[in-house]
Parts: sequence; C-alpha cells; structure tokens
Amino acid sequence: MADRNFSATRIPGFAAIAIAAFVILYLPIFTLVIYAFNAGQSIAVWEGVSLHWFARAWDNEAVKSATLRSLVIAVSASAIATSVATMAALGTTRRPNFRGQTFIYVMINQPLMVPEIVTAVALLIFFGVVKQATGYQGLGYLILAHTAFCIPFAYLPIRARLEGMDLSLETAAADLYASDWQTFRYVTLPLLFPGIIAGAMLAFVISLDDVVITEFVKAGGQDTLPTYMLGQMRRAITPEVNAISTGLLALTVVLLTAFFLLTRKKG
Amino acid sequence: MSMESEARSRQTRRAWALSAPALFLLFLAAAGPLMIVLVYSFLLPGKYGNVEWGFSLDGWRGILYTRDIFDGTLKLADAHLTIFWRSVKLSLLTTIITFAVGFPTAWFIATRAPKARALWLFLITIPFWTNLLIRTFAINEVLRNEGIINTVLTRAGLIDAPIRMINTDFAVLVGMAYVYLPLMVLPLFAAIDRFDMRLLEAGYDLYASRLAVLRRVILPIVKPGIVAGSILVFVPSLGAYVTPRVLGGGKNMMIGNFIELQFGQGRNWPLGAALSMALLMIVMVALLVYVRAATKGSNPHG
Repeated sequence: MADRNFSATRIPGFAAIAIAAFVILYLPIFTLVIYAFNAGQSIAVWEGVSLHWFARAWDNEAVKSATLRSLVIAVSASAIATSVATMAALGTTRRPNFRGQTFIYVMINQPLMVPEIVTAVALLIFFGVVKQATGYQGLGYLILAHTAFCIPFAYLPIRARLEGMDLSLETAAADLYASDWQTFRYVTLPLLFPGIIAGAMLAFVISLDDVVITEFVKAGGQDTLPTYMLGQMRRAITPEVNAISTGLLALTVVLLTAFFLLTRKKG
Repeated sequence: MSMESEARSRQTRRAWALSAPALFLLFLAAAGPLMIVLVYSFLLPGKYGNVEWGFSLDGWRGILYTRDIFDGTLKLADAHLTIFWRSVKLSLLTTIITFAVGFPTAWFIATRAPKARALWLFLITIPFWTNLLIRTFAINEVLRNEGIINTVLTRAGLIDAPIRMINTDFAVLVGMAYVYLPLMVLPLFAAIDRFDMRLLEAGYDLYASRLAVLRRVILPIVKPGIVAGSILVFVPSLGAYVTPRVLGGGKNMMIGNFIELQFGQGRNWPLGAALSMALLMIVMVALLVYVRAATKGSNPHG
C-alpha cells in the first residue's frame, strides 16, 4: 500500500461522528447534574455552587414519601421477579427441547415486546375492576405490575449464566449420593449466584425507572419518584428536579457498574 | 424406549412446574389484561368514562372515522389521521437519524482495541439503562426557551428573542433520537463485532473502493443488526408516551398520548382500547419482520 497509514477498518468521518455522538449523549446529562448544584433558581443561569437544592429535595415530604415508595416497590418487585425468574430459568435451560418451550419463552419475554402504554392501559382497566370488587387500594397493584415487567430482565442474565454452566458438577454430586435438594443448594445455587444478583439488580433498576405503567396504575397519593418528577415538569422547573435526577442517576450508575463487574467474562 | 420417553415427559413436567409461578404472574399482570382490553374495544363508552355493556364496533370505527354531530354521517377524522401521521413520521425519522449516527458509532466501538472497546461499550450502556424520564428532562433543559441553547445564543448576542423549540415536532424528534440512540448502537455493535475484518482487506486487495466495500461487503453482512436496531428504535418510538408529553406539550400528541386522552378527558374507553389493540398489532407485525430477518441472517454463509 502506498498510504502507510491505511487501515482497512478505518472509514473516514466515522470516528468524528462517533465522538460527536458520545458528546451529545453525555453533555445534556452532565449539564443536568451540574445545575443540580446551582445556587440560583434557574436551570440555565449559573449563580454559584450550592447544595441548596439537594437539601430542599431532602426536606420535601412529597419527595421523601415518593422515594420510600419507589424503594419499597423496587425491592419487593425485584425480589419476587428474581425468585420466579430463577425457577423458570432452572426449568427452561440445560434440557432437551420440550413441548411448550416456545410458549414459555414468549410469555416470559412478552413485557419486552408489548408497548408499555398498551400494558399500562390494560392494567388500568383490569385493576379498576379488581379494586371495585375487592375494595383493596394499596401498593399491591403497583408491586404486582412491576413484578411482571421485571421478570424478563431478571430471567435473561440468570439464563445466560446457567447456559454457561455445564451439568458435570451436578452429575458428580448426584453420583456421590447427594439428594436433588443438596445438589441444588450446595452446587447449582452457589455457581448461579452471580447471575441471580445480576438479574435482581437489573430488575431493581427497571422498577425504579418505570414511569408509564406506574402513572396509569397508581392511585391518588401513590406517586413514585419518577411520576412525582413527571408531575413537577408540568410546573415551573427548579433545580430541585435536577437534584432528584442526580440522586437517581448516581444510584443507577453504581448498580450498573456492579452489574458489569459481576457479569464480566473472566479469562 | 418407554423409559426414555417417560424420563422425557418427567423433564417436561418439571420445566412447566418450575416456570409456573413466573407464568402465573405474567398472565395476571401482563398478558391476561390485554384480553380485557380486546373485549373493551367492542363495548359502548360510558357517560363518565369506563364502559357500558353492549356490543359495538364504534371503538374500532372511531380510529379512522368520526360521526358528524349534526347529521350523524361518518367522515374521516382528520385530527386522528394527523396524530397517526405524526407518530409514523417521527418514528421513521427517529429510526433514520439514530441509524445515521449509530452506525458510525457502533463501527467506531467495534474497531477499538479490546480494552478500550469495553470502556466505550460501557459508556453507551449507561445511557441505555438510565431513566428515560431523566434523559428526556435533560434534553428539555437544552431546548427550552430559557434553556441552554437559547441562553448561550442570547448572551452571545446572536439572537434577540429565544428560538421556540420546545412543544414542537422538532423537539419530540430530537428527544426521541436522543433517548433511543443506544437502542440502535447496541445491536449494530453486536453485528459488526462478529464481522470478520479480513473481508475488508480482501475487498481492498481486489481494488474495491471504500464506498464499494461499505455497500457490497459491510452492509449486507451487518444487515441483521440493522434490522434489529431499526425495530428496537421504531417500536418504542411508535408507542412513545413520556417524550412527546414532556417535549411536545399538549398539541403535538403521538399515539401513546392519544390513547391516554381517551381514558382521561376524552372519556372514550372503547376507542382507547381499540387504539391500543391497533398499536399492538402494528408492533407485532414489525416484530415478525424482525424474527424472519434475524433467523435468515443467522444462517452461516461462508
């Protein structure tokens, strides 16, 4: 080649577009975080560094109760979703094809395929009927709704982990007269554990971030953090929303970093 | 033989028994309620929301037609068509923009050295998992009348009055392209990552130009990734609710907001149910296209 810098994989302009894409992707988020520390009222005019808006958000009863509600829902939903997803993953992987396999896959992944607004409307109608019949108005509806759409997010990493484990250790345990339960408790479960944690963390993040389904299912006074923020955006926006966003962002980034460290392929 | 088939059916029973709790919850709070929506789409609207029991096709008819208040004749509902057209147009444009930006980005990531590649990939995954509302809000702060762009331009003396960008189709488009870009990059990256770069050298050795290599070698091989990315962007764009609500305001509705309206002020639940089912059917067709393209692409050719 005459051109000494010629590289087959380089396409002119692509690197520039890619860098620009990353800048565009992060610049608004950085700005949002920076203005959370603004001393002034504005989300565009800088008036000095302050933790004022974090304190404001922290002292706001509505924010406090929404945060607590978000956490209760996310913890419950991700715990239930991860448990049933673990069982389903154990049932559906590492075995020859069986009748109804496709049906189970489609059912489990269904929340990923149906537009959220459609599920939201469906739950609004269904839970409306149940509320009228039972009179129960509590958080159970939100937890149930969140559990359902968290299941595929918990299932996928657990299944990926299981598929990477061969059956030889379990077979060895069985050969050594371990009962089914002992084999599961002392061999399968410890090996599977990183996958379960990864699945639980994804489910937790997904539940914590949900807006649409929560907005339709929640009763009066059942705001979660995202639906509270959505409500605030209709009014005059103060950096308080930036402060709340920054808190949520920080939590997401921490959980995701942990997720990546857990699922990183070794070798 | 019979022992083997018995072991097999025991295995099958076990698979179902272990999956049963997950299936039950999904049926209860995801798949089952969709059937109620289907039923509701064939009922009559109640006066104050909800439905009255009585068979009617008005919900489905109402998607495209409206009854004249004075003489009761059916005519095409222009307002509805405007909303559908806006939804389809903005979703297609979002798909095109995210592809135009996402393909070079995915290519860039896939051609880094392995260590750097993991970092770039992580950088694209963070926004992917970050709250959509927060990212929409971030774009909102950029585009608002008192937002960053207008503040900077005003202070620089380039404009006297703020450019109105918020509450326009443009704002919704920018917002959707912004929030859905990672959904395009990730499948494209997966496809490019599997691509054997030696094919490029072979192409260049045979005196192909860059454009010819791009068109004849790269694009056909990464096609499954292109299809996957386009579906992953197009489908949520079509059903978008949060982004048009925050950035489009009340006037620039998309289908998702239009559906919500029927359950709120519109008080026409059957129409809302029919619209939801119609949206679901469009999405299912798109997914079928995707599955067919993906299974075709997984055939090893060469």
